[in-house]
Amino acid sequence: MNHTGKTTLRTRLACGAALALAATSLAACGASGSEDGSVAVTLITKDSINPFFLAMQEGAKQAGKQEQVDVTLAAGQEDGDEEGQIQAIENAIAEGQDGILIVPNGPGVNPAIEKARDSGLYVIALDTPPEPADTVDITFATDNGRAGELVGEWAKTQLGGEKATVALLDLFNDKVVSVDHTRDQGFLTGMGIDTADPLKNGDEAPTGSYDGGDYEIVCNEPTDGAEDGGRTAMENCLNANPDINVVYTINEPAAYGAMAALEAAGKSADDVLVVSIDGGCQGVKAVTDGVIDATSQQYPVEMAKQGVEAIKTIAKGGEAPEPTKGLDFFDTGVELVTDAPADGVDSIDSAAAEKLCWG
Amino acid sequence: MTTIDNRPDLPSDAGPEGQPVLSARGLVKTFGRVVGLDGVDLDLHRGEVLAVIGDNGAGKSTLIKALTGAFVPDAGEITMDGDRVHFKRPQDARAAGIETVYQTLAVAPALDIASNLYLAREERKKGPLGSVFRMLDKKGMRERAEQAISDLGISTIQNMGVAVESLSGGQRQAVAVARAAAFGGRVVVLDEPTAALGVKESGQVLDLVKRLRDKGLGVILISHNMPHVWEVADRIHVQRLGRCAGVITPDSHTMSEGVAIMTGATQLSG
Amino acid sequence: MTQPRTEAAPAATTEPDTGSATKEFARRQTPAQRIQHLLHAHPAISPALILVLTFAMFTLLNERFASPTTISLLLQQTAVIACLAVGQTLIILTAGIDLSVGAIAIVSMMVMAKVSIDHGAPGPLALLIGVATAVAAGGLNGFLVTKVKLPPFIVTLGSLSIFTAIALLYTGGQSVQQVDMAPLLSWTGEVIPLGAFPITTGILLVGVVYLVVGFALGQTAWGRHVYAVGDDAEAARLAGISVTRVLFSVYLAAGVIYGLAAWVLIGRAGAASPNGIVEANLESITAVVIGGTSLFGGRGGVVGTLLGAVIVQSFAVGLFLAGVDDQWRLFAVGVLVILAVSVDQWIRRVRA
Repeated sequence: MNHTGKTTLRTRLACGAALALAATSLAACGASGSEDGSVAVTLITKDSINPFFLAMQEGAKQAGKQEQVDVTLAAGQEDGDEEGQIQAIENAIAEGQDGILIVPNGPGVNPAIEKARDSGLYVIALDTPPEPADTVDITFATDNGRAGELVGEWAKTQLGGEKATVALLDLFNDKVVSVDHTRDQGFLTGMGIDTADPLKNGDEAPTGSYDGGDYEIVCNEPTDGAEDGGRTAMENCLNANPDINVVYTINEPAAYGAMAALEAAGKSADDVLVVSIDGGCQGVKAVTDGVIDATSQQYPVEMAKQGVEAIKTIAKGGEAPEPTKGLDFFDTGVELVTDAPADGVDSIDSAAAEKLCWG
Repeated sequence: MTTIDNRPDLPSDAGPEGQPVLSARGLVKTFGRVVGLDGVDLDLHRGEVLAVIGDNGAGKSTLIKALTGAFVPDAGEITMDGDRVHFKRPQDARAAGIETVYQTLAVAPALDIASNLYLAREERKKGPLGSVFRMLDKKGMRERAEQAISDLGISTIQNMGVAVESLSGGQRQAVAVARAAAFGGRVVVLDEPTAALGVKESGQVLDLVKRLRDKGLGVILISHNMPHVWEVADRIHVQRLGRCAGVITPDSHTMSEGVAIMTGATQLSG
Repeated sequence: MTQPRTEAAPAATTEPDTGSATKEFARRQTPAQRIQHLLHAHPAISPALILVLTFAMFTLLNERFASPTTISLLLQQTAVIACLAVGQTLIILTAGIDLSVGAIAIVSMMVMAKVSIDHGAPGPLALLIGVATAVAAGGLNGFLVTKVKLPPFIVTLGSLSIFTAIALLYTGGQSVQQVDMAPLLSWTGEVIPLGAFPITTGILLVGVVYLVVGFALGQTAWGRHVYAVGDDAEAARLAGISVTRVLFSVYLAAGVIYGLAAWVLIGRAGAASPNGIVEANLESITAVVIGGTSLFGGRGGVVGTLLGAVIVQSFAVGLFLAGVDDQWRLFAVGVLVILAVSVDQWIRRVRA
C-alpha cells in the first residue's frame, strides 16, 4: 500500500476528567484506518497519571511517527476504571482500526476485548496479562520474575558467602497483586533461596542456605510502594534486627524511604545492599547517587513501541508475534542496572541506563 | 452586658402605672397572602408578668418574633422606655435588653452550666492573658454564674461545673431562665416554659418567673397552660386572628372566659 | 388542675425537699455511675488507660518494645498522622467529618516541593505557598459546608477525589526528592540527638500544634463555640453564635494544620510523593475516635487524639516485634474503635 509520505499521526489524549465532580468518561477518537490505507492502533493504559503509562504513551507516539501508524491514546480515569477502557475499545472497533494495545484494568474489559478480536482487531495486552491470559492475542510484558532474579543474583554475588540477613520490603500485606509476589519471589530465586509457594510472599523458611552461605529472612513488611511506607517498614525491621545487610524493595520510592531509615539508624550505604526494581529515571539517579545499589530496569517505552510495530506487521499480512521461549508472554526485556557489576551477572551502568530510562 | 449584680437602678416611675418598658403599636406582618399580624398593640411594664395567650395560628409567635428581632415588622412601631427602637436581628433586641428563653432552651447539653450561661458572651481574663491570648476567665465566670443562679433562689443546682445534659428538665429550664435574667437588662420573654415539665418542676419555674418580676424585669410569658397563666400573670394579652382580642387579668376573668375570648366564642367589649 | 394564684406559697416550700433528695441521690451513686461521671468530665481517661495497657502488653511480649529506640521510632512514625488528626479533631468536634485529609496534605506537599524545584522559590516562600494551598482547600470544604449547606461527609468525599486528582495531574505521579528542594522544606526531618532517644524537629512541631490547638479549644471563647456548635448547632445559633463563621474557621484552621503535616511528611519521607500516606484519611479518623472524641460532635479534644494516634501505631510496632501477623493489627484497631464509640454512647447518658 502506498503512502504519500505525509505523516498522519493524530493523537488526542482522552481527558482524565477528575477535576469535574461529574465524572465523565473519556472518548478516544482515532483515525479511520481503512479510509486512507494507513494502519490504526489504539493504546489504552490504566490511567494517564502513572509515569509508567506516560512512558508507554511516549513509546507508542514515537513508533507511530516512525512506522507511520495512526496512534490513538486512551486511558481509564484511574487505576481500576474498566468502563473508560471499554468505551475506548468500542471506539476502536467502530472506527475499523487494526489493533489495540491495552493494560487491562480488570476482568470487566474482557467481553469488549473479545468483541474487538471478533471484529478482526489484533489485541495485545501490555505489562499486565488479563485473567485469563488468552483473552488477548498475546501479552507483551516485563518478566517481573526475571527482574527480581537479576537483583537477587547480583546480591548473592556481592555477599560472597557472607551470612545474608534479609529484609523484604513488599508492596502490600492486605491484598495480593501479581507484581508483588513475582518480584519478591524472583529475588529469592535469584539468591538461591527456596520460595515454597511462588504465589505467596512470606511463606519461606526463615533460615536456611542460599547459593553461597546461610541466610535469615527477618521480615516481610508492606510499604505501599512509597517513601514514607518504605521508611516505616525499614525502621521496624531494623529495630528488631540490627544486623540486616540485604534489603529487597518492591520499587525505588520504597527503597528511598528504606535508605532514609538506614541512615537515621547510623548504617552506611556500605553496610547494607539495597536492591530495587523499575528503572525509571528517578530510580536510575538513585543508583548514580549510591542510594540504591542495583535495580532492574524495565522498558515500558519499548513495550508500547514493539506493540505498535507488531500490529503494523500483522496488518500488512505479516506474522503474528510469538511468546518468548519458556514464558507465556512476549518478554520486552529487563536489564540489571548497577555501578558495581558482579561476576556472572550481566549489567549496564547507571550512565547507560539513564539514556534508556523512562518517566 | 449587665449582669444581675451590676444592673443599674430602676427608673423611679417603674411599675404597672409607669411608662411601659416595652410597647408596640400597630404591628403588621404578612407572609405573602397570609396575614400574621394585623395591627397589634401591646404594653409591658417593669415588674409585671404579661401573659400572651392565643390559639394556634393566632399570631403569638409572630408577635414575639417581631418584638425580639427575629422579624422586622412590615408596619408599626416598637418603643422601649419611650424611645423608638428598630430591631433588625435578634442581636439588636438582645443589645437593647430583651432576652428570650426559647422553647428548646438553646442550651448546649455537653457544656457545663457556667459555660452555657456565658455562651456567646464569654468573659476573658484581665490583662495580656485575656487580650493577647484571649484566655477565658473561667473561675470568674463560674463564680458569677453561681451568683446568678442563687440570686434567683434556685437551690437545686449547686455545681456550676456539671454538664447541662445531666440536669432534669426543670433544672435545665432554670439555667435558661437564669441566663436570660442575668443578661436581660429590661425584658425577659419566656416561650412555653412549662410545656415539657411535670407538676413540681413547673411550680419551680413559675416561682422563677415571679422572682424575675420581683426583680423589676418586664416578663412576657407565652403559654398554652391556662392554670399556669392564671397563677403568675398580672395581665393577659389575648391574641386572636392576628389581632389583640383584649387584655384581661386573672381577677377580671376566669380561665374559661379567657379561653372563650381566645377562641372567639365571646367578644370583649371595648 | 386548677390552682388559684393564692396557692403559690406551697410550691415554694417543696423546694428544700428536692434539695435534700438530690443530695441523697448523689450519695447513692453506683461505682458505674461514678465512672460514667468521671469519663464525662474527662473523656481522655479511656484512651489513656488503653495506652498504658497496650504498652504493658507489648512490653511483656517483647521487652524491646519499651526501649528508647522503639519509642522514638514510634513517635516518628506517628507524627504525621497525629498532626493530621488534630485538624480532623476540630472538624469532628463540630459534628462533621473530613475524608479529604490526606489528599489536602498531599496537594499541599507537592505544591511546596514543586514551587521550590520548578520555580526556585526560597524555602519560606515555598512553605507559605504550600500551607496556603492547604488553607484554600480547607476553605473550599468549609464554603461548601457552610454556604452551599452540603453535609461534610459528602463534601469531603468529593473533594477527596478532586484533590487527589489535582496532585497526580500536577506531578505526573513523580516524587520530588529532598535534595532537589529548598532545605527548609525537609527541616522537619532533622534529628535532635538526645542520646538513645532521638526526636525530630517534626515531632516538636507537631507537639507545638497540639499545644496551640489544645489551648484554643480549652481556654478561648472560640474553642467553646466550636464545642457548642458541634453539640447543638441550633442552640448555639439561638444563643447568638455565628455558626457559619465558626464552621468556616474550623475548616480553615484544619487546612493550616494539614499544611504543617505536609511539611512534617517531607522531612519524614525524605521526598514529596503524591503516592504517600495512603491510609491517612481513615487513620486520622481512627485516631480521633479511639481518642474519645465523639463522632456526633461536641465532646472530646486533642489530648485524646494524640493518645489515639499513638495507640494505633503502637499496635503496628508491638505486633511486629511480637512476631504476630499484621492482620491482627487491623482486627485490634477495629475492636478499639467499636469500644470507643460504645463508651461515648454510655457516658452521654450520664444523669446528675
